[in-house]
Amino acid sequence: MKQSTLGLALRYGLLSFLAVLVLLPFVGIALAALHPSGSQVSGVALPERWSWENFSLAWEAGGFDDLMRSSLLISGGVVPLTVLFATMAGFALSILNVWGGKVLSLGFVLGLTVPVELLVIALYYNLREVGLTDAYLGVILAEVALFLPFGVYWMQSHFSEVPKELVEAARMDGARDSTVLWRVLMPISLPAVTTLTVLVFMWSWNQFLLVLVMMQDPTMRTAPTGLGLFVGQYGTDIPLLAAASLIVIAPIVVVYLVFQRSFVSGITQGAIKG
Amino acid sequence: MSDSSAVKSASTTEPRSVRQGRRGRFRPQHGGLGAWLYLLPALIIYLGFTIYPAVSTFQFSFLDWDGVAPPSWAGTENFVLAVTDPLLARALVNGLLLIVFFTFIPIAVGLLMTALLIGKVSRGTTFYRVVFFLPQVLPLVAVGTTWRWMYSENGMINQFLELVGLDFLTRAWLGDQNFALIALGLIGTWVMSGLCMMLFMSGAQRIDTSLHEAAAIDGAGPFRQFLSVTLPGLRKEISIAGVITTIAALASFDLVFVTTNGGPAGATNVPALLVYRLAFNEGDIGAASALAVVLTVLVVVLVSTIRHLTREDVR
Repeated sequence: MKQSTLGLALRYGLLSFLAVLVLLPFVGIALAALHPSGSQVSGVALPERWSWENFSLAWEAGGFDDLMRSSLLISGGVVPLTVLFATMAGFALSILNVWGGKVLSLGFVLGLTVPVELLVIALYYNLREVGLTDAYLGVILAEVALFLPFGVYWMQSHFSEVPKELVEAARMDGARDSTVLWRVLMPISLPAVTTLTVLVFMWSWNQFLLVLVMMQDPTMRTAPTGLGLFVGQYGTDIPLLAAASLIVIAPIVVVYLVFQRSFVSGITQGAIKG
Repeated sequence: MSDSSAVKSASTTEPRSVRQGRRGRFRPQHGGLGAWLYLLPALIIYLGFTIYPAVSTFQFSFLDWDGVAPPSWAGTENFVLAVTDPLLARALVNGLLLIVFFTFIPIAVGLLMTALLIGKVSRGTTFYRVVFFLPQVLPLVAVGTTWRWMYSENGMINQFLELVGLDFLTRAWLGDQNFALIALGLIGTWVMSGLCMMLFMSGAQRIDTSLHEAAAIDGAGPFRQFLSVTLPGLRKEISIAGVITTIAALASFDLVFVTTNGGPAGATNVPALLVYRLAFNEGDIGAASALAVVLTVLVVVLVSTIRHLTREDVR
């Protein structure tokens, strides 16, 4: 059973090699972002002068004041609405055993395989009619709908794992539906809700095509969408582009490092229960 | 809240809601109208912003419409175009080819990572897991801008090739007819491998340790144990990884949009890119919708196939 030192060294060697492959692009782009704006960057290279001002230059050039505000507005709408509605629907489907629930659960699960491409065309042309393009509300509702299938399914399978006795005991004490949900179930559902919150935030922050289509006004677009257009304008200024990329990446990386466990449990359990 | 609970308590007194099932089994009590109120917000938004647009797109696919003038009926013309037009058909084929890089290779790499991480290695496991999974959380646009530079003429890839004396291989990878799609696909490999690993790791931890012990007693080394104990135990996780990554490959848009935008000369066109271009640049909403429908059908068929091939009861 004893593993040879050589075998162990080989394992760590391979693991470290793979880790380097994953991390190298980050190192490269971080170094590139510190080269003087407009200069040539050849692969991984230390800059002659550390140009920290690139971040403010890129922020200025990309109009990140507007982009970040839009990103926060959209995520700030999408995340609470998705989590709230998914929680309520999951509760109705698993605990309240709503009439027709089986079919509805299936209907929501179907949404997991629908690609955004099938929705954007009609979303744009239908919502244009009612003035919901170039409007935060339109994007927010469209994203909520996009993330609800996973959310409903996640909360439903979470609630169905709660011991039945807990709900029954509350019912015995005469608790209404709302009491059961908010007073009995929610306090013990914090990990599941946190995970869903973090995942929906990531999906909302990273969403590209939907925002690109629904927001024709560049100042109302989100940070990643803005970056997509930044490439077209400043594609040859590598240091500036690298700095802009890092600006867009930074918030989600911070959230990932802080909520690392939630990300992992959400993605693995969420996928595997299905 | 008070009226919803009133409706609820009224409905529970209905004899219909507590009754014997057809097979004589006691069926759980159904919630009444009050329960539906909890479902309503999710249902309305889902119907309005997913189901309705999906059905609309399907209807658009039978139209000849530029988005401005009144549409006219086109029959199945758009669908014929979607599968016979060389440009559109090529995009569908490219989408399928990307599955090799988004699905097959990442599953293999994910298995390798899992094999290296389980077992005796315990120190630093979390570090490697966090690092391997990191690309998965990034906006693909930013991943694209990063790799665009990595693949450029004086980017990191060429720098490495020169370092090891393979100067003759250097090129602008994303601008090369023959290599652009492969280069693009390998970005997908970089993004998806960590996701596969994460799924496999959680699967591997559920495998009964006594199976490993039994195999060890039979003289199986770590490699043999992985092949005959871990791998079969991961059937379900491999299936799921296959489903998620296949959808990501077929529906990829962000990456292609910022790296190649379909070029050079259409070598990296993918369905999503053409859907966007046809619908919002060229004003051919019928064709764009038909292509989106074909793409969705392709996704559903492939996902069902993967599910079918990897289902548990196959012997």
